Amino acid sequence: MRDTDGSQGPLSGIRVADFTWAWAGPQGTLLLGMLGAEVIKIESHARLDHARVHSLTAGAVRGGYDESPLFNDLNLGKLSIALDLRKEEARDLARRLVARSDVVTQNMRPGVLDRLGLGYQDLRAVKPDIIMLSSSAVGATGPEASYAGYAPTFACMSGAVEITGYPDQPPSPLSGAVDLRVGTTAAFAVLAALHHRERTGEGQNIDLSSTEVMSSMIGEAFLEYSVCGRLPQRSGNRDGAMAPHNCYRCKGEEQWLSIAVGSEAEWGALRAVIGDPELGGDAFADPAARWRNQERLDGILERWTRERDPREAMEILQRAGVAAMVVHTGASIGKDPHVRARGVFERVIHPRIGEKAVVRPPWRLEGVRVRRAAPLIGEHTEYVLEEILGLSRQEIDRLAEAGVLR
Amino acid sequence: MTTGALSGLSVLELGSMIAAPYCAKLLADLGAEVVKVEPPGLGDPARRRGPFPGDVPHLERSALFLYLNTSKRGITLDLESETGRRILRELASRVDLLIEDRPPGELERAGLGHARLSERNPRLITLSITPFGQSGPYRDYRCHPLNLYHAAGYSSPFHVPGAAGGRPPPKAGGYLGEYDAGLSAAIGAMAAVLGRAASGRGQHVDVSKQEAMMCMERVDIGRLTNDPDPQPRRMVGGLTRAKDGYLMVTPLEKHQWESLIRAMGEPEWSKADWCKEEAGRLEHAAEAKQHIDEWAANLTRDEIYHLCQREGTPAGPVRNVAEVRAWEQAKARGFFAEIEHPEAGAQVYPSAPYRFSKTPWAGSPAPLLGQHNQEVYCDGLGYSREDLARLAAAGVI
Repeated sequence: MRDTDGSQGPLSGIRVADFTWAWAGPQGTLLLGMLGAEVIKIESHARLDHARVHSLTAGAVRGGYDESPLFNDLNLGKLSIALDLRKEEARDLARRLVARSDVVTQNMRPGVLDRLGLGYQDLRAVKPDIIMLSSSAVGATGPEASYAGYAPTFACMSGAVEITGYPDQPPSPLSGAVDLRVGTTAAFAVLAALHHRERTGEGQNIDLSSTEVMSSMIGEAFLEYSVCGRLPQRSGNRDGAMAPHNCYRCKGEEQWLSIAVGSEAEWGALRAVIGDPELGGDAFADPAARWRNQERLDGILERWTRERDPREAMEILQRAGVAAMVVHTGASIGKDPHVRARGVFERVIHPRIGEKAVVRPPWRLEGVRVRRAAPLIGEHTEYVLEEILGLSRQEIDRLAEAGVLR
Repeated sequence: MTTGALSGLSVLELGSMIAAPYCAKLLADLGAEVVKVEPPGLGDPARRRGPFPGDVPHLERSALFLYLNTSKRGITLDLESETGRRILRELASRVDLLIEDRPPGELERAGLGHARLSERNPRLITLSITPFGQSGPYRDYRCHPLNLYHAAGYSSPFHVPGAAGGRPPPKAGGYLGEYDAGLSAAIGAMAAVLGRAASGRGQHVDVSKQEAMMCMERVDIGRLTNDPDPQPRRMVGGLTRAKDGYLMVTPLEKHQWESLIRAMGEPEWSKADWCKEEAGRLEHAAEAKQHIDEWAANLTRDEIYHLCQREGTPAGPVRNVAEVRAWEQAKARGFFAEIEHPEAGAQVYPSAPYRFSKTPWAGSPAPLLGQHNQEVYCDGLGYSREDLARLAAAGVI
């Protein structure tokens, strides 16, 4: 489907047949869409994308399945075709769509698409240079390949949760961003495969493990274990070497400021601003002393921050050359002057839920943007069948009546 | 050189610590030819950051540096000197991509900005990775990973006032936000490379780490921004304590709940009416959790994991890095790779989370400081050995 304003993204001309659902898979194709690919989501009333109906951490989504704010954020810019893949005719249409696509993405349990005749071998038969990316909880091979997972489970299994939180409390599970890390990794892998295809004409199959994604992102923890024989521990906001290195309570309710000092210059600047003579003592004379006495140091800094609004404190400290930032623990990030000046939020109008603020693509790159709102379920079924697959009206009507297009 | 998915792509990295080096590592591990440029003598600060074996600092043995710089070649070059800057321009005239993380404006002032470099190489793509991007009121703010983590809203989804005993929201372990930025930047880099095939021109890509991180937390940030009355957070299951540690159980869908109940041996309480529908289970989430906790307390993490998974409930043990290394699934997939490094020895690295059927991952050790000076300057740019000695004596390399 052509962009209404004609601007081309770097992936303009690339078509993605997207079988993904939930959070992780759709994030990957969301990014490909922002880069200009035409992403066609293949979904069904018979097996709703659960982001249309559920939230793992809040239960059933309010409103109907076209009204889920989660779904509508993770599927911006995509087209939707409804196909009931339990029916052979639907599977045949899916294969025909793949034959006219460059990339296929999916995150069902390993084996599910193969049983539907939509596995890599089947799809390669209809499109020899197809790039297929499958993501799953622990990968498509190995003794546990059939095991299922959500972001909270694979974050735990990766090693990342064990080192998150306070040492005297249970580990702190990570947020839904874990799923988006998986999807973002998938998008990168697809781009690499496209690069290879461009040079060699060769497509390929990519097997991505969500657990391995998270392990890769704490890689230095594995190296620490290998090199030093030591297990990294939970340490709240503390650092292995820097001090001060924490968040400090400010004036107001649940208002915090982060301060981190990484050099003598920053320490000198911080001391000058705080002005507390105690900071000149032997207990804080060098980085090692400050690290040993950081609890006491935190107390002194908090005496200063508590009297101040976090934004005011940030500005004073930044002017002096100290790394201090407001902590955004809620909606405040939408009002942040820098975030506003950079235009990080875009407004998108969705036919059912109206105008919403969405976070824009993370790269300032020509032709990159949010192209349209998320699709209603099956919104583009006719477009795909008529324009891409060349079906006649009568044929489409017949398929609809046979329950194939739902 | 391996024939990876990115073979033939040439990259120059002016990166330090985590985000930019990780971005370049992702490309290098897939076969791109990455040359990392480091200041003579000191190198990337990650070399001095550690952790080190026996806590003894050594430029070639920092665990952080070793991981983030696999598969690259390394050269030293002093960009404070005019000769150094001239050589960098020469290097940049021959590559597809320059990845840099200097404070905004610094390279321009040194005559190394994108506009200047693209005069000689119009196809050059410059990817700038900075905490807040190339514009805006915080552009020049000082920022360590901790500051950015909390300024990007990462502590929002899990910040429950008072939950940490009155302490502030904690950050994630390690440098997750920095990795997120590096990963996002790698997509920006590849997109610019692919887009160049059509346009024939390079461009300057501005990546703000804060924005990359916000995009990673987009669902919750959107929820908080758009909905003055967001649905309360509650879930059935969650983190529970087994005999030997913690474990996550997430019976989201009906069939998953039913399989959890089967795994638990269909206890009497599970026949109550509230168990039948999601709404009821959510309403009684605390009660359900108590039953799960009582059951879990008598079993090990692995017993529960396999029991649940075989019945069809997603569950996952909280594991430390040693346990992840020992995990049968990771071994069967060959996720960990041993890489021999001349100074740090044979160490075990996570490889990559993706398996490409045609172009396998092939990581090689991080470069020693200046290890490839001769290869890059003499074989690549045509300097003689005498030139090299002169440049070294002048402290340029």
